[in-house]
Amino acid sequence: MSAAKHIFTLFKKDLLLEVRQQYSFYGILLYIGATVLVLQMAINEPEDKVWNGLFWVIQLFICINAVAKSFLQESKGRMLYFYTVASPGDFVLSKLLFNSLLMLVMSLLSLLLFTLFLGSPVQKVFPFIGLVLLGGWSLSLVFSFLAAIAAKAQQNAAIMAVLGFPLIIPQLLLLMKLSNTAFNPVLTMPVNTLLLLVALDIMIIILAVILFPFLWKD
Amino acid sequence: MQKNWWKIASVVLLIYSFTAGLLTRIPELPALEQTIRNLYFHVCMWFCMMILFTVSVVNSIRYLRTFDLKYDIYARHYATSGIVFGVLGYSTGAIWMSYTWADPNNPLFQSFSALAREPKLIGAAIALLIYFAYMVLRDSINDMDKRARISAVYNIFAYAMLFPSIWIVPRMMESLHPGAQGNPALDTRDIDAHMRTIFYPAVVGWTLLGVWITTLKIRLTILKERKLAQ
Repeated sequence: MSAAKHIFTLFKKDLLLEVRQQYSFYGILLYIGATVLVLQMAINEPEDKVWNGLFWVIQLFICINAVAKSFLQESKGRMLYFYTVASPGDFVLSKLLFNSLLMLVMSLLSLLLFTLFLGSPVQKVFPFIGLVLLGGWSLSLVFSFLAAIAAKAQQNAAIMAVLGFPLIIPQLLLLMKLSNTAFNPVLTMPVNTLLLLVALDIMIIILAVILFPFLWKD
Repeated sequence: MQKNWWKIASVVLLIYSFTAGLLTRIPELPALEQTIRNLYFHVCMWFCMMILFTVSVVNSIRYLRTFDLKYDIYARHYATSGIVFGVLGYSTGAIWMSYTWADPNNPLFQSFSALAREPKLIGAAIALLIYFAYMVLRDSINDMDKRARISAVYNIFAYAMLFPSIWIVPRMMESLHPGAQGNPALDTRDIDAHMRTIFYPAVVGWTLLGVWITTLKIRLTILKERKLAQ
């Protein structure tokens, strides 16, 4: 079987597990809903800057919750089974693919809820949606790889936050800066910064494929 | 003796940079005035930190290629020394900042929140936080081989992510800190010719000192390990 087929099979297995269990999807949905409701009660109509900051920080926490279980859910025995049937590159790519998809859906849902409950300062709707998708993708890639590290260290999600926060700050700063341009009809989105984010994402994928084989062996 | 020349060179270069740095002529610039002498110390700390972190990553890669635990000890100690130089860079920067940036009408404590928003400071804080996280990760794993392998993977991953955070991102934001356009320390048009004759030897001297301290710590750790193994 070719590598693409392997990746797709592993991806389908994750998707099927998700569809059958559904607890993580609804769990995160509840998490988003509860947070947005609390925010709405605390600050009814936030200013642009506050909205922006809150939105991205909540994306960050959603991502940690959504992605953390991807590697932590695999028991030792099951990992051993994957070790015999799949190559590490295929395995990590399928995980990245699944987490990206999950995070893209979650980002869109949280944007929808934010707009419904907290109003929206966004002037350029479609560029902002694109930015949210790009941001969700970046977050999911970084945290997927860190989840693999945390799972190997046999630690809970807490260490993932410790490892991940310093790494994600530059990307969050760039994303917040880009979103500010979407709030103002006069400003244009700098293409260089967007390309930098995409380049970072590609670098993370390459690093994950190179480094995961070392994590995978026990 | 042949192996010790670089230790002597380090001491000589540091003595030279201290005496020449504090005594010789400097260009008199408004606002900076005599504080510009801090360039010989503050900037050298960051150079030294980056070099030590790079050496640490190289050793992590060597560990993953050979699975020799020696390289894990190297990587760990170079990272610790890098952290020490980073903290020193912060403190020398804080002294410099309190004379040049801080609003003289406000106490330093009150102007802190405005100054802490400086992108270069955030970048440097990220670098230190990453290596603190590296230490936390190391201490959370008990098994020796596993610890070496996982922390090496994190070290490489984190270092690759560190590049954008301290070299690219701060240059895209407005900042008071010099160096927003390119690299002022290496640009020959940006720094006074006389100052360069002191600045470059100082960088080399501090880096050699950092390596020297680290090799001592590495030798101590290897001796301890050997004693435990007996």
